[in-house]
Parts: sequence; C-alpha cells; structure tokens
Amino acid sequence: MEKIGVFICKSCDIEKRLNIEELEAVAREQGAQSVYSKEFLCSKEGRDFINTKIQEDGLDAVSICACSMRVNYDVFNFGKVAVDRVSLREGVVWSRFPVGQNGNGVDDSIEVASGVTFRDELMALAKDYVRMSVAKLRVYKTPEPFKPEEEISNTILVIGGGVAGLTAALECAKAGYDVIVVEKENELGGFARRMKAHCETKPPYKNLVTPIVNDLIKEVEGNERIKVYKGAVVTKTSGGPGLYRVTIKQGNKEEEVKIGAIVLAVGFKPYDASQLSHLGFGVVPNVITNVDFEKMAVEGRFVRPSDGAPVNSVLFVQCAGQRDENHLPYCSSYCCLASLKQAKYLREANPDAKAYIVYEYMRTMGIYENFYKTLQDDPGVFLTKGDIVSISEGSNGKVKVVVDNTLLGEKVELEVDLVVLAVGMVPVTAEEAVLNLEYRQGPALPELELFYGYADSNYICFPYETRRTGIYAAGAVHQPMTIDQAIEDARGAALKAIQCLKAIEVGHAVHPRTWDYAYPEWDLKMCTQCKRCTEECPFGALNEDEKAFPIPFITRCRRCGTCFGSCPQRIINFKDYSIDMVGSMIKATEMPEQGYEQYRFMAFVCENDALPALDMIAYKRMSIPVGFRIIPVRCLGAVNVSFVKDAMSKGYDGILLLGCKYGENYQCHFIKGSELANRRMENVQETLQQLALEMERVTIDTVAIDELEKIVNKMNEFAETIKTYGENPFKGW
Amino acid sequence: MANQSILVVGGGISGITSAIEAAEMEVPVYLVEREPTLGGRVGQLRYYFPKLCPPTCGLELNYKRMKANPNLTIYTMTDVLEINGGPGNFKVKLRKRPRFVNDNCTACGECEKVCEGERVSDFDFGLGKTKAIYLPSPMAFPGKYVLDKNALAPGDLERIISACPYNAIDPDMKEEVFELEVGAIIWATGWKLYDATRLDNLGYGKYANVVTNMQVERMASPWGPTGGRILRPSDGEAPKRVAFVQCAGSRDENHLPYCSYICCLATLKHTLYLAEQSPETECLVFYIDIRTPGRYEKFLKRAQNEANINFIKGKVAKIEEDPATKDLIVTAEDTLSGKKVNERVNMVVLALGMQPSTSDNPIPGLTTDEYGFVVEKEGIIPVGCAKKPLDVMCSNESATGAVIKALQIIKSA
Repeated sequence: MEKIGVFICKSCDIEKRLNIEELEAVAREQGAQSVYSKEFLCSKEGRDFINTKIQEDGLDAVSICACSMRVNYDVFNFGKVAVDRVSLREGVVWSRFPVGQNGNGVDDSIEVASGVTFRDELMALAKDYVRMSVAKLRVYKTPEPFKPEEEISNTILVIGGGVAGLTAALECAKAGYDVIVVEKENELGGFARRMKAHCETKPPYKNLVTPIVNDLIKEVEGNERIKVYKGAVVTKTSGGPGLYRVTIKQGNKEEEVKIGAIVLAVGFKPYDASQLSHLGFGVVPNVITNVDFEKMAVEGRFVRPSDGAPVNSVLFVQCAGQRDENHLPYCSSYCCLASLKQAKYLREANPDAKAYIVYEYMRTMGIYENFYKTLQDDPGVFLTKGDIVSISEGSNGKVKVVVDNTLLGEKVELEVDLVVLAVGMVPVTAEEAVLNLEYRQGPALPELELFYGYADSNYICFPYETRRTGIYAAGAVHQPMTIDQAIEDARGAALKAIQCLKAIEVGHAVHPRTWDYAYPEWDLKMCTQCKRCTEECPFGALNEDEKAFPIPFITRCRRCGTCFGSCPQRIINFKDYSIDMVGSMIKATEMPEQGYEQYRFMAFVCENDALPALDMIAYKRMSIPVGFRIIPVRCLGAVNVSFVKDAMSKGYDGILLLGCKYGENYQCHFIKGSELANRRMENVQETLQQLALEMERVTIDTVAIDELEKIVNKMNEFAETIKTYGENPFKGW
Repeated sequence: MANQSILVVGGGISGITSAIEAAEMEVPVYLVEREPTLGGRVGQLRYYFPKLCPPTCGLELNYKRMKANPNLTIYTMTDVLEINGGPGNFKVKLRKRPRFVNDNCTACGECEKVCEGERVSDFDFGLGKTKAIYLPSPMAFPGKYVLDKNALAPGDLERIISACPYNAIDPDMKEEVFELEVGAIIWATGWKLYDATRLDNLGYGKYANVVTNMQVERMASPWGPTGGRILRPSDGEAPKRVAFVQCAGSRDENHLPYCSYICCLATLKHTLYLAEQSPETECLVFYIDIRTPGRYEKFLKRAQNEANINFIKGKVAKIEEDPATKDLIVTAEDTLSGKKVNERVNMVVLALGMQPSTSDNPIPGLTTDEYGFVVEKEGIIPVGCAKKPLDVMCSNESATGAVIKALQIIKSA
C-alpha cells in the first residue's frame, strides 16, 4: 500500500498513559502519509473524520491505533481501504502495569531499569506497535477472490443410498442443486430397507412407523434433479471442491462425472457376530443377532432356526460386542431402542410370548424415553439390568441363559426359545477408503482411528468438519446414531455441501476462515521439492507432480497457513500475510542496545484462542510484562521458522509461541497446526543449542481461551527465565 | 415472490449456528436474542464434554464469522411476541427491551467503578452479584454494558452518567415494538433448567449445600463467582464428598417424563472438575441408567479412571440437612442390593433436566407439544433443545440442517 493513514485514538486511557505526539511522530518516521489523533475514534464523528481524511488525502490503507481488532470491527470498516488495527487499548494501556513491592500497583514513573521508567517502556511498546502496523500495511496487498479457470460444477455427489444419503440428496435437490447418488447395492434404502418398522421421528415419539425410507426412495426416484447409480461404487475422486472429477463404476462400465461437493453417507455394517462365540453365537443353536431377528419380523415368522418351532420367549442381550475393549469399545446408540422395538414386534405377533431385555444401562436418549415407557407398561416385557454369565444349550432346543446382578438381587437362570444379540455398528469407512481420493496424502479420510473409524472430527461446535474440504459425512458413517438423528445429520451435511459451493462461487474460504479471500501462492522457481508443504497440509490440499513439485488445489485449502509455515524456501505467501510482511514488522521495531536490561520478547499467538484471552486479560486489567511484543497469527502452523530467526537476529531476548492444544483432544481449529509448530520449534531449539544459546529462548506452549491466569503466569515466568540467562548476545549485531 | 430473509430466534449455540450458516449462504438473516449477549447456555459452561474444552473457543470463531458477515443483523434483549402469515411471508412482531446504554459504549468500565447498587447475577444462577450496570460476561457479544435500573443505589445514575466519557448512558431509552418480514423462521430458543424447588424432597432452596448442575458450571468457570473453585455455599469450603442426583426432575411422570440427554455426561464432567480440584474428592452418583451414547462411552471410562466415583443405582428418596455441619444426608434405595442407603455428604448436586424455554411462554403462531417443545411446521423449523433434548453436537447438526429447509422455502414459496 502506498498511501497510509494513521489514526490514533486518545480515549479509553490511551492519552492518559501514552504520549500521543510521540506516537504521531513515530508514525511519520515510519512513512505514514497522514497522521491524526482524536478523542473517541469509534464514535460517529470519529468514523466520519476518518472517512473524510481517506477521501481528502487519497488514502488506500489506514492503521487504526485504538482498540483490539476483535471489537468495533463494523465501525472501522472502510470498504476497499485496507485496515490494520493497533491494539493500544487492550494490547498496551489495559494490560501492562508496573508492579511495586508486594504486587501493589504503582505509578508509571517508577524506574524499571537504570534511568528507564515504566512509562518509557510502555511508550516503547506503543511505538513499536505503531511502527509494525505501518510496516505491515506497506507490504500488504489487497486479496482477490480465487476464481478457478475451469467451470465450477454445482452437482452434489451423495455416496450411499440409505436414509442419510437419500435425505441429503432430496434436500439438495429441493434447494435447486443437481444430485448424483451412488449406491453400492442394487436397491436403494440401505439398512433401513430391511426393517419392519422404526421409532417415529416426530412427536409424540411413542409409536413405531413403517420405515420412512420407502417414501424417500420413491421421492428420490421421482425427482428430476437426482440421478441414481445402483450397484455402483466410486473408484476415483480427483480434483477439489467445485472441480471434482469422480469416476463411478457400475457393473463393468466406468463413467467420469464433474462434481462440486460430496456427502459421504455410506452407513455401517453390523458387527461381525462370529466374533461373539462367548455369547453363544455360532455355538449354541437359536442364538441370533438383532439383524436376523429384524428379518424374521419382516417375514412375519418368529420361529427357532434350529427346528422351526414357534418362538414364545426371547432374551435380548444388550451391548453384545459393544462397550467392550475386545470388540467395539463404543456404544452404538441405537440398539436399546432396536431391542425394545423388537420386543414389541414379538408381543404384537404373539400376546403370550415373553421378551426379556438384559442391559447394563438402558439408553433411550432424550425424547425417546417416551417409547421406552410404552414397553415398561407391558407385562410381557421383562427389563433388567444384569450381567450375562453364560449362554448355553438348554432343554428341548431352548437356550439357557444365566444372568447375574439383576434387579431381582440374585442370579437368574432362564430358558428361552431365542437369544438375540444386540450387535452394534461398524462404520463402512473403518474398512474401506470409499472415496478413493487421488490425493497425495492417500485415498481415504485421514486418522479415522481417533474416532473408531467413523468419518468424524472432534469438533463439538462444528460437527461437519473433516480433513477433506468439500466432503461432509452424514448418518451412521459419521457417528453411531438413530434414524431420527441421521435425518437431521443428513440435512446438515447437505447444507454444508451447497454452502461449500457458494463459498467457491463467491471466492472465499470455507469454514473456519469464511471471511478470508486470500489464498496461498507458490513461487515455484525457488522450490527445492522438499515436500514439506504437501506432506504437512492438514487438509491434503496439495498433490505433487512427477518431479515432486507441489500442485496446489486452492478449493481444498482452508487458509491455515501450515504450508506457509513449513516452507524452508519461504516461497509460499498470501497477499495479506507474507514472510516479507512479518519480517518487516519485526524489523520495524526498535531494539535497545545491549547492556541496558530492557528485555524484549516476541510472542506469536493464535488469533482464535490466545488473542481473545489476552483481550480478556486486558478487560480484567490483569498485567503481562511490558517487554512483550505480540503478533497474532491465524494458527501457530502459520509461523515460519524465519520469523523466529528474524526476531532472534533483531535482538529479541526470547520468543514465545502460544497456540492450542493438540493430540487426541485437539482444540486447534486447523487440527494439526499447533502440533506441527511444536515439531518445528523443537528443531529451532536444537539450532539454538548448536549456537550455545539456551533452548528456552524459543518456547512454545498450549493454552485455552479461558486460561487467563495461566497465560499471565506463563508470560511472567518466561520473562523471568530469560532474564536469568541474560540478554540475547546477538542484540545489536 | 417469497421474502428472501430468514429469522433465527435464539442466540445460543443452535441459533448462532443456524444464523451464521444461513448468512454464509448469502441470504439476509436476522438473529434475535432475549438476553443482552449471545452465547446462551453454552456461554455459561466452563467446558464441553467430552473434550473438556471451553465453549468460548467455538463461540469466538462463530462471532468472528458473524462480525465479518454483512448479511447478518443481530437484535439482543428482544423477544418474539407473535408470528403471523405463512411460509414465504411471515410477519413477526418483536419487542426490544431498553438496554439504557447506547452504542457509544466502549466497555471501558468507568461506570461500573462508580456504581454502588448491586444485583443478583442470573448469569451465575444466583451465586454471585454484579453492579447495577454490568457487562453480561467477559466474552459478551455485543461487548456493551447493560443497566438494570431496578438495582441502582441512590445517586448511582448521576454518578454513572458523569463517569461515562462517551455519553453512552441513556436512562430514557424506551421499549420498542417492531415488525420483521421474513420468508422462513428457525426457532432456537433452547432450554432452561427445570425448577428445582418443585422437587421438594431434594431440599433445593431449603438447604444451602444443595446446588444445581448449572451452578456447578458457574463455580467451575474461571470467570465465575468463585473463581473456578467448586465450594459449599454455606461456608465456602471445598467439599470432600459430593452426591449427584441423576434424573432430578427427568424421567419422572410428576415432572419431566423424558430424559434430558445431557445430565449423565454433565455429571461425569463435574466429577472430573472435582478430581482436578482435589483428586480424593469422593463422588456418589445416584442413577437409573448411565447414558453416555455413542463415542461418549470413552468419556465414561475416562471419568471412571480419573475421578473417584461410586455409582449407586437407585433413585434418591429424600435429602435432609444436618443443621450443625450443613452436611446432607441422602436417602436412596440401592436397587441392586435392595437395601436402603443413607449417605452423609458435604454437598449435593442435582442433575436437573432441561425444559424448553417455550414451555410456559406460548407464542401466537408457534405450535408446541405437550412438554412445550416446538413442533416443526411449514416455514418454522425448530432446532436444538427447542425441538427436543439434545447435546451440543446434535444441536449443531440440527441447527445446520434447518438452514437448508429454510432456504428451500425462501427460494420456492
């Protein structure tokens, strides 16, 4: 940017603690064309004033030196004029306080080093921030929306033709999108097609209804926007959102279609009951699964498989091979309702029949308690908590079941005609790649083992986030769930799929950085084919050519900047976030000479968690050391090692990186960003050691947004530790 | 031609999700919230289960998306009075209550410093107080103060007005009734805690150390009334033995017949809070069934490993107080042994169930079921806990899914 205006607010204690004239002077020295200061800059008058000066002075960028970028975002928005925010309020005057003896607050005039007052240090901080902002705007370039060269496809591919898949297909079609459904079997309907009935999906949630999947099939087959491939699979998915080319194989025929976004709804398989011989399956006659029993219900004949004798008693074993480290460690969420339903089938078919349901915990979640209650009132249904001790052959073809720890308070022995094992769900993605992505990082969704093979993430807030942009999972491949939840889940995945296409059409990123129009650009002339960017991208946005040069697919990119952070050649840059930009910001700060004990620390902090926490520290007027210069980054993954080198060679005494938790319960919104940053900093620390510098001078830590005291303590401890090492010996070089 | 805008009622996690997901489809969206800040119930929680991560992290991201989105208009302190019209052309009458603080507010806090009057904090479920002029939470969005005129001490108003450098205090602000025309409505007014005083055998409101699950969340919050410590209200001591009463009001024909979905998981989370505070704290959990569906099973295992929990299958019959120590005696029948159990504890937590916010607040034009949950009809799509009891993840699934239904209406009607 050429013509930069700096506007300094005097209100909210800024003028009280800072010398505004000196800040103005610094802004001019740094090359700002226009510099103004004013009371109450966020008022209507303040905003009008800035607008007038933008016009009069022909400014193309403004630095608003007032409050945090997290507030008054709407006030300080000047259309096409680039805006940078300098947080003098939260970042300086509300969060840096001198401390006297016993932790008491004292006046800014207190001496903190020989001949240096706290006010001097506070001013040095504010000046650095103003300098950094002008330096940043100088190299800032206005982002332009990404427009793919090829025409965007608005067709949604739904893989899987069960309840979730059909629902997603219909919702997209009704919203005006063309849809292709690929179903592996020769019939639509998935698991639900083989059901006699299921619980209703609307109030009063008490009754069984014929499977709604039948209606869904009819609707899908009658919808002009939906094309169905039965007996078909996806053998290849290449390209990226908006630009996918998907190969569908139907019989011997292969066809390539253009696809915009994908709903993955391939469902589940019942757990393999042959693993459950300890419960008598395959060993004791007349021990079957809930899937087998449903089939009997559909056929309307409840008879013993061994001899065809009518069934007068059934015992349902809940959690068969579930909640069990040797089988499925999780609960499948639907089996309690399924067994209750099947008990009801039996009782309706044969009013003299008895149903026993043995469970540890009856899990009829939420409103489905209503259905549970209808069975509790039936005198022919016996419900008990209990542990299955043994299942063996009984007399006359019956099955003998011994149950302990029942609600009757004793061991119970029963002989029943049939034992039904309530087996759980195994998501199809646990065993098959399904999508067959032509991605450098592999054909399937990565790291599903964290979620037992389900195509899920661990975001509670954002349940549709996967590590493959444009691909949204729904139904029982997403999480273990009931039909009711699968319908809602499929609607949500359908929305995310069409929303992804909207984002590509408008030209911004998809979740989480939906406001972001910038994207990474590679200067391949300098690329050394090290493959770091292609390997580290959490979203698999890059392929490689035969010489191992990266091939970016921008519509797969989430703008986390992990590639930017990974690149040793520094050839990956965004228009509004570049190596040059951060380097210039660091360079613009003023470094005191060595020997004056004015320590300087640089902190790179995650914009989403550590930065808001620092703002809240300010609102509570807690204090962090005045020596810290803070640069917010989109993710620690977007911290290039060059930032650390630049800061060290500038003379910063210590560098602190504050990011989000990683590992199994990761909180990093880019999943891998903070973990990768950690790995990079370990390498940096090794280098420091080789230079005979203390490795703690570069420290990375994880914090959460609510850990205000922890952050304050960490920053103080860090500052104190570094002071014990003394100043950076390279200061002033 | 249908009206092209969508109204989202309720600014908790479901409403926020619906609103931003819809706004990112480039349609005009109005988001209406009754309270002075967005965030709803999740804004009051310390952590989500099962990750034990702060909800403010996801809220921050959503707020950031909202701040950057030009399609979204937010009204706080606003209620829906009635809904007229039909799909494609609803006319919704709303009432905006006065904040008595205008948009000049910079949240500098000078007013709060001089204000003497105090009010009981409903955000903290009565455990703490705020000044009469207050910021609803440290993450309040919008980040503007609110004035509760009823809580002002004599002379406060003058002091506050003169302390404000920005002329932001407006004691004459009036209630406004206005109308919005929208094509579709997403209803996300969420839930409230079942009124614990109706469970008279459990002693809430009578005995100081009987608290609710949401009060535990506020105490555990580092920004809460006890600075993150779970303490006995009677003496501020950390409890060493705590009883949790599951299904307090839920799965009970006399109260809420349904299961409230989240209370088992919330209790397990609370046992982990207590273990973090002091690992030896003993937790007695009185339950009917431990309901940790799906992948949440792992969270049950984690709580069993990390917290000191004794699970007792049985419904609590009564709670009595030892007046000398303010300890509580919990009487229950252990349904496995058939024996009566009497346990002395320092504190009792009622795992209260959820009731839809619409249960005692009928709105003309809105259809509810026998419990007060909103029933879907053409053009009005209930989501999250306004529809049925759900956890946050399922609420977000339903809130996202509702947007495509709303889009279909405004595009076709």
